[in-house]
Amino acid sequence: MKTRKRSNAPIFWGLFGAGGMLSALFGPALVFITGLAVPLGLLLPQGTMSYPKMLAFAQNFIGKGFIFAVIALFMWHAVHRIYHSLHEFGIHAGMGAKLLCYGSAFVGTVISAVVLLGVGF
Amino acid sequence: MSEQKFIEIEVLRYKPESDEAPHSEVYKVPFTDDMSVLQGAQYIKDNFDGSLTYRWSCRMAICGSCGMMINGVPKLSCETFIRDYYPNRITIEALAHFPIEKDLVVDLSGFIEKLESVQPYIIPAEKRSLDQGEYIQTPAQVQDYMQFTSCINCTLCYAACPQFGLNPDFIGPGAMALLHRYNMDSRDGGAEQRMELVASEEGVFNCSAVGYCSEVCPKHVDPANAVNINKTNAAKDYFLRFLSPKGGAK
Repeated sequence: MKTRKRSNAPIFWGLFGAGGMLSALFGPALVFITGLAVPLGLLLPQGTMSYPKMLAFAQNFIGKGFIFAVIALFMWHAVHRIYHSLHEFGIHAGMGAKLLCYGSAFVGTVISAVVLLGVGF
Repeated sequence: MSEQKFIEIEVLRYKPESDEAPHSEVYKVPFTDDMSVLQGAQYIKDNFDGSLTYRWSCRMAICGSCGMMINGVPKLSCETFIRDYYPNRITIEALAHFPIEKDLVVDLSGFIEKLESVQPYIIPAEKRSLDQGEYIQTPAQVQDYMQFTSCINCTLCYAACPQFGLNPDFIGPGAMALLHRYNMDSRDGGAEQRMELVASEEGVFNCSAVGYCSEVCPKHVDPANAVNINKTNAAKDYFLRFLSPKGGAK
């Protein structure tokens, strides 16, 4: 029988799936809050996203975790989608594209972790 | 009596012994409202060109032989009616993504190999001797896999699958549906053996969840569902194999 190579896709597919779930649950609300409601002063009280409030949010364990998950998993989701869309459009860029796509998500994950840990607790 | 109606049928022709590449030919076919596209092809063969080649057998959507691209959509030509296209032209071509053998006949040997590779038979979970009697299964257990038994191997799902089109090594929707049929059978214990294929580079992760396979299936099998359930199974196997003494694929 032919020996088959195990695909390492579950790692990327898992991150993609987690990011997809999160973005479906929180994405639209986050776009509304950060992109519309706060800048236009709709619904939410003045200063909802003021620097001290956001800093306090990022210093709290749960807030930190939420920001990290939303940034990192959204990125893993996005790059997976871009990588597969390239393939579907007939651009089989191979390892280079894979490194560029997943590499940028990895870098984004590391940066967000470093910055979030940097703002303290 | 009403006037005889005619429809133009454009057929993708290919004679491997003389043609460099496939080309189209148009035939003007008289038809009645009860005629299928397959009967249209038969009219062409009987009256215009006896060399026109296509597969067919049962004429009632059971055998799965007469699949072709009809106006770009993979369909069984026996259950597709000419009247639904009239007065426009019908284009019939060999199923997409397969090598053409002649005219509308495609080479299915890759698909047959895939069917074999899923081990489409019950690998008993526990071997029983004859005097222990039959394997008992409840109606609820039958329901777990019943849907996936309806596949007639017509390969319309392969013609629909863009990922199979890009990578012919992909195990593909039909074979995965059959694999899942046996994995879901309470009498079967072969899921672990089949995991090597499911989790491999030719396996389920080629699928990008387009779902067109399930849409074109003439027997209402849901191969997209079989593939996607097995993504979860393969992901579990990938991570949990470190916790168990026996792994799936190497």
